[in-house]
This record gives sequence, structure tokens and C-alpha cells, in this order.
Amino acid sequence: MKAILETRKLSHIYSAGTPFERGALVDVDFAAYPGEYLGIIGHTGSGKSTLIQHLNGLLKPTSGQVLFQGTDIWSDKKTTRRTRFQVGLVFQYPEYQLFEETVYKDISFGPKNMGLDEKEIDRRVRAAAYFVGLRDDQLNQSPFELSGGQKRRVAIAGVIAMEPKVLILDEPTAGLDPVGVESILSNIRDYQRAQNATIILVSHSMEEMARTADRLIVVNDGKIALEGPPSQVFRHGPELENMGLGVPQMTRVFNRLRAMGVDVPESVYTIQQAKQAILEALAAKKKGVE
Amino acid sequence: MALKDITLGQYFPGHSLVHRLDPRTKILAVVLYIVALFLAGSLVTYAILFGVLALSVGISTVPVRSLVRGMKPVVFILIFTAVLNLFYTPGEHVLFHVWILTVTLEGVFNAFFMVIRILMLIAGTFLLTYTTSPILLTDGLESLLGPLKKIKVPIHELAMMMSIALRFIPTLIEETDKIMSAQRARGADFESGNLLQRAKALIPLLVPLFISAFRRADELAVAMECRCYHGGEGRTRLRQLKYEGRDWAVLVFFLAVTVLVGVMGHFGY
Repeated sequence: MKAILETRKLSHIYSAGTPFERGALVDVDFAAYPGEYLGIIGHTGSGKSTLIQHLNGLLKPTSGQVLFQGTDIWSDKKTTRRTRFQVGLVFQYPEYQLFEETVYKDISFGPKNMGLDEKEIDRRVRAAAYFVGLRDDQLNQSPFELSGGQKRRVAIAGVIAMEPKVLILDEPTAGLDPVGVESILSNIRDYQRAQNATIILVSHSMEEMARTADRLIVVNDGKIALEGPPSQVFRHGPELENMGLGVPQMTRVFNRLRAMGVDVPESVYTIQQAKQAILEALAAKKKGVE
Repeated sequence: MALKDITLGQYFPGHSLVHRLDPRTKILAVVLYIVALFLAGSLVTYAILFGVLALSVGISTVPVRSLVRGMKPVVFILIFTAVLNLFYTPGEHVLFHVWILTVTLEGVFNAFFMVIRILMLIAGTFLLTYTTSPILLTDGLESLLGPLKKIKVPIHELAMMMSIALRFIPTLIEETDKIMSAQRARGADFESGNLLQRAKALIPLLVPLFISAFRRADELAVAMECRCYHGGEGRTRLRQLKYEGRDWAVLVFFLAVTVLVGVMGHFGY
């Protein structure tokens, strides 16, 4: 399949030419495919935030290319600007970027910058609000009267309203309660299905990644260290730990069980799979006894 | 990002003699140095002061490049001053006329010395902030201005406000950077359009910035109250400021230089 968004030999150096010079990305070849749910993991300072800011043209590569649907996004000014709308980026703690008098106006900021007509803006604002579960009467409230979780929904809706083909979210669930985490994750899923959009999710939570992502990319020291479906990536437990990361709790439990000599499969990383594996192991044991 | 490259009163940690001096000594030395700069009026006196500056920078181990980089923002003021001095200094030795403007030899000298004076003034004060942490700097100021407390000037409160303000400059710069990126991701354009459009484009940046500044101020106030802060009354210090032999030596040295430059200026050198 053809990649919708890719980077070729992407490198980025911060404060080039000063004593504070620091390479944040080194020759990164990254690709995201249409309709996939991609997870990016990496510890603080690994370069993952720098990487995602390149994907919609907020940062300019020191060397290398960023391609969206096959065209270099820096080929001309118009393309760069168009990419910003096609590749939506939700920053960490996005609720701190709200500024308008009403929720409705804030969500419409993006679509307005796109130059859409009044009717289309209205449709998009309402559709985006619906996706993140905001009620109609909340649209006329001030965003500053809402709770923290609600504010975050408004901010995410502000990006979704641009109807991007690729939606990138940097730790969208950080600091939310478990119910909030679940509902935001399912909102993102709904958006992916409805628009057949590509989702790129940055997270620290291995459990979250194990449950949601189709494919994982592990960034370490400005390079892509590991890549593949969660089942494969989580087999590299010790390597992940060396990078300051870990494996999901379930995987740890099952690795321990295997070390104790229990016959359970290797690639268990969600509670669902764990349940299945335990039931199978018990059934096998029963059979053995009979 | 360009915003991160600003070095506004940035502190360069180090262990040189200049770093270890009492902050009050450094503040007084800089004041004396500035006074001397304004007394100086000839090549010889400027050379003496330049020697003092070069010696201090050399001992401080602050890279000269960082000092020079910090001067970029004042280039405009420098050019402005130089041009004004060049054209508006009356004198006998007229070099040439351009349109209604006259350039005199005195004007050239004046412009040259004015630029040197401003550059050396900035370099000296930068050296102070590069080698003194903001906390020590405000401690020093508070101590030096202490006598004003007798006439009910709230010195402690002013010093605390100053150190908090200094502390939050980098935080606010980082925050501005973040909000700018977030709004640009939603298609905000800060770089094009006429003056009115640009001013309007700042609203999505300024509103969240002010809100977060107020939020931070609120949180800080609560955190300070939790630790029983109630102003300067009866407050003791973790770091006691103490003059040592080297402090007196430095002060005497700077006083001597200032007097020397003053006397030389008086006799026309």
C-alpha cells in the first residue's frame, strides 16, 4: 500500500550553529498508511514530539523530506499551508490553547482559517462536537466555564473540525480519569472509522497502545528503534526497558508465568487476550488430568 | 525556534572568581564601572576601561560569543545613536555636507565614542547577569536597598516580585512557543497580512497566554502560602551574604579605576 504520510532521511538539529546545538532526529524514515491506527512510543526527549511536528510542517527539516500523499510538503508555501489542514495535530494538554468567547467559535477557528463558507463551517463544527460528545447547548457556553475534560474535548474538536485525513494526537489522555480516557479513545476510533482517517497516537501508556494501535513505532535517541504490530514490538521487553520504556502489565505477568514453567503463549498484551490464554491453559490442564 | 534563542539576562553557571563574588560587590562594581564610562572622554580612558572589562570577562570564563550574541537586539539603537551623533554635533572641523546635514570631525568622534560606550555598558551589565543567578541578584539588591525600608519602601516585596518575574521569563517564552505551534496547527498565520491583521492574529496567542499566566500566579501564591510565606518580616535566609577579602579588593580596584578615569577626564585626557 502507498503511504499517505512519510519522511525520507529526516534530520532535525535544534539551535544549529550555537553551543547548544543538539540533534533531535537523525535520518528518520517514517511512513503512515491510509486508514491505519499507528502508535508512537518513546520516553521524554526521545524525539517523538519533534517528529510529529515535522509531519504537518510546523518544523522545517534540517535535512531530508516530508511527503504527504507523495508531494514534498515544503515544495511551496501553499502546499505547506494545505498540509496543516490535512494533517491535524492535537498537542499535549490542548485545553490551554482555547481562546474564544464560545465553544462554537473556538471549534470554528480552524475551518475559518481554511476559508470555508458559513454553511460548511457550521456543519463541520456540529459534526466535530458530535464526535467528541459535546451537547448542543454547550456550544454557546464559554470554554472557560467547562471542566478540564470537557475543555480537552473542545480542543480536540477544534482539530477534528478541519476534517484532516491524518489525525495526530500527542498524549490525548494525559491527566484524565479512567472514564475520560475511555471516552476520548473511543471518540478517536469513531473518527477513524467515519472518515477512514489515519490516526497517529503518541502515548506513554503501553496498555493504551496495546489496546488501540494496529502498528507501533518506538522512537529512541532520534531514531526509529523498533517497528511492527504490538505483538512483535512487545516481545522486545528488555530492549524496551533499556530505552526507559516497558511492556504492558499483562505481558509482564505472562512472561513471569512462562518463566515459572506455565505453558502460556508469548504474545499476550491485553486483558482480553489474557483471559483467553488463561482459559485455554486451564482447559489444556484439565485435559491432561483426565 | 527563534524564541528559544533569546538570551535575556540568562545565567551561565560557573565557578570562576567572578561567579563566586558577593552579588552586592558585583552590583556596586558595575555601578562604578558605568559611572566611569560616563566620565571617560578620551581614547586613553576608554582603553583603561576596556582593559578592565576584558580582564573581568577573561576571569569569568563566559564565552565572548554569548556576550556578542546578546547585543544583537540593540543594533538598531546603536545605529540610531551613531547617526544622530554623526549629523547633529556642531564643530569647527567640517568634513563634508550632505544636503542640509553637516558632518564634522567632532561628530565622527562623538558617534564613535557613543557606540563604544553603549557597547561596553551592555557588555558590563550582561557580565553581571551572566555570572550571577537571578536569586542572588535580587538578594544582593534587597540587601543594598535595605536602608530604604526605614522610610517604608517595601524592598522585600519588590525584590520578591522581581525574582518571580525573572524566574517566569523562560517559562512564558516556552509557553508562547507552544501555544503558537498549537494555533498554527489550526491554520493561524502570524507572519503575513497588514498591521491590523497581524494584531488580530495575536488574539489566539495572547488570550491563552494571559490565562495561563494568571493560573500560574494563582498556583504559585497558594504554594507559597502553604509554606507559610507572609512577607519579609522576621524572615531568615538560607544563603547569608557575607563580604570577604576578595570582595573588598574588587571594590577598591573599581573605585580606584573610577577615580583615576574621573581625574584624568578632569585634566582633559
